[in-house]
Amino acid sequence: MAIQSIGEYPIIMKDSLDKFHGNQLVFIYWHGHRVVCSPRAFPLPPKMPFGALLSDIIPLTYKIEPDFEFLDFDKTEVIWEIDGKRVVPDFSKSLLENGVGHKSFITFITPTLTGKVGA
Amino acid sequence: MSVEPRKKRLNKKDAYKYMTRLGWDPTYQKEEDVFPYLEMEGLKIHDWEAWEDPFRMTMDSYWKLQAEKDKKLYSIIDAFAQNNAQKNISDARYVNALKLFLTGVTPLEYKVVQGFSHAARAFKGEGAAIACQMQAIDELRHFQTQVHTMSHYNKYFDGFHDYSTMHDRVWYLSVPKSFGDDASTAGPFEYLTAISFSFEFVLTSLLFVPFMSGAAYNGDMATVTFGFSAQSDESRHMTLGLSAIKFMLEQDAQNVPIVQKWMDKWLWRGYRMLGLVAMMMDYMLPNSPTSWAEAVELYIEQNCMALYKDLEKYGIKIPEKLVNTIVAEKGHLSHQVWNIFYNHTNAAAFHTWMPDEQKMNWLSEKYPDTFDKYYRPMFERYIALEKKGERFYSEVLPLVCQTCQIPLGFTDIEGGNPHVYTHNTSEYNGEIFHTCSDGCKEIFEAQPEKYVQAWLPPHQIFQGNCGGATIPEVLNWYKIELGVDNMDYVGSPDEAMWNKLKNK
Repeated sequence: MAIQSIGEYPIIMKDSLDKFHGNQLVFIYWHGHRVVCSPRAFPLPPKMPFGALLSDIIPLTYKIEPDFEFLDFDKTEVIWEIDGKRVVPDFSKSLLENGVGHKSFITFITPTLTGKVGA
Repeated sequence: MSVEPRKKRLNKKDAYKYMTRLGWDPTYQKEEDVFPYLEMEGLKIHDWEAWEDPFRMTMDSYWKLQAEKDKKLYSIIDAFAQNNAQKNISDARYVNALKLFLTGVTPLEYKVVQGFSHAARAFKGEGAAIACQMQAIDELRHFQTQVHTMSHYNKYFDGFHDYSTMHDRVWYLSVPKSFGDDASTAGPFEYLTAISFSFEFVLTSLLFVPFMSGAAYNGDMATVTFGFSAQSDESRHMTLGLSAIKFMLEQDAQNVPIVQKWMDKWLWRGYRMLGLVAMMMDYMLPNSPTSWAEAVELYIEQNCMALYKDLEKYGIKIPEKLVNTIVAEKGHLSHQVWNIFYNHTNAAAFHTWMPDEQKMNWLSEKYPDTFDKYYRPMFERYIALEKKGERFYSEVLPLVCQTCQIPLGFTDIEGGNPHVYTHNTSEYNGEIFHTCSDGCKEIFEAQPEKYVQAWLPPHQIFQGNCGGATIPEVLNWYKIELGVDNMDYVGSPDEAMWNKLKNK
């Protein structure tokens, strides 16, 4: 069922990179954590250091999770995935240098912090 | 003086024929130029006369019938207003269900006026064209009666003031809006499958019965009345849906796989949109007549399955994968959607709140396997935070599905991971696209050219198309008044108004 049309059907890429004023879309998800009601979306400069996710973006997003007070990126075991592939990010390098592209999906998994709320 | 003998009246059958069969075969224009959409979707139609119109409605009887219905409805709306019946509803929290209806559903009624008018023009068969035209007029009436009925609440409560702008702009309203846009930009046969069959026939009971019985349970007799007034039209619409599907299936065996694809697509799109109804039923109604899970059992597991079975003789198959997911999610859906809206009430045109103890117990009873285990602890923590004055509102935006446009807040029940959000990706034209489910991924991948154009609200905000980069700027563009239309019910002007009305 390809697209059907009685005339020419233009391809309109509504969210192409050029429309974000130098930023790229990045999506972030703390695996298993459900208080924050979905993965989150951000427009971020591709040259932003990956470490800024840890210092700025993740705290702003996930401080509501009960696990957040136990999350210490220096001590907690964290598994990173970019677009479904396991990676070991270099926090001092940029998003782009770490392989984070436009509309990339970053998951971080903390085996000791599984997102339990309450009991 | 000669008396001319009065002409005998036409019998009903002839009258119907003369009043509806107004088409002709074009002679100086090519048929494909007059009806350019007939071939586009690949359906083969051999005999347009085979289209059954079981109602045989003509315009003169139509106006008479609808005028009667309107008279009754408007006398009840008047009585409702004169008796200050807004004071008789169960609680002002209920009004938020109406705000969701007015901003989410009512504009869709208007959208289908356009859709059916277009389908009426596109079809060559007069039976089909007339049926579509009648339905277009019905939908216009539904749109008007809904607006008129709910306008009474606009005198006392917030969030009702600019439903049409909101429908076009507000993030969660892009869910019903994109549903309507997707249908009306399809060809006329897919349109009938989407709206007349999947929506009006298969899923309508999941939308209208909960809203109208919810209204009755919560003392809103005005809304019950517009529901009844529309319901008599709905039976005609359902019949159109079924006759349309049977017509397409009977005309040519090659039509079957095409129609099956549309049926599957629109079952899933309709179901995803009804997530809004799920949370309305379980959370927004102070008195809930029935739970979402119970409604799924009745309307999907029983009624919808029976309907698909009826079509098996044409070669139509039950979309088992989709149905399994719907059934698996039934114990989680409403709670997850309510959490999405609790997170984002700072950007919504209605209020949310945490359920009280009585409601929590009702939810435990209705959802014995899921509520206490997965949701009650989360909600009790929200309540504890509220008591400390730290009511949670998200400061960041969600990733939404490229197809259904709902935040990716549904978890993997079937895979045994009820705490992990489901997430699919596709690639098209060098770009990644994210979807919430297998159903939405398949829809995207069948027609990526269409869905890459989706106007996804978070991305539009980031592109600078929604009034600014801050929440107050975006709210202003949404026509949502900060601190009035949005935020928690507790402490809202709605709550103050309710206390005043009830002399509390």
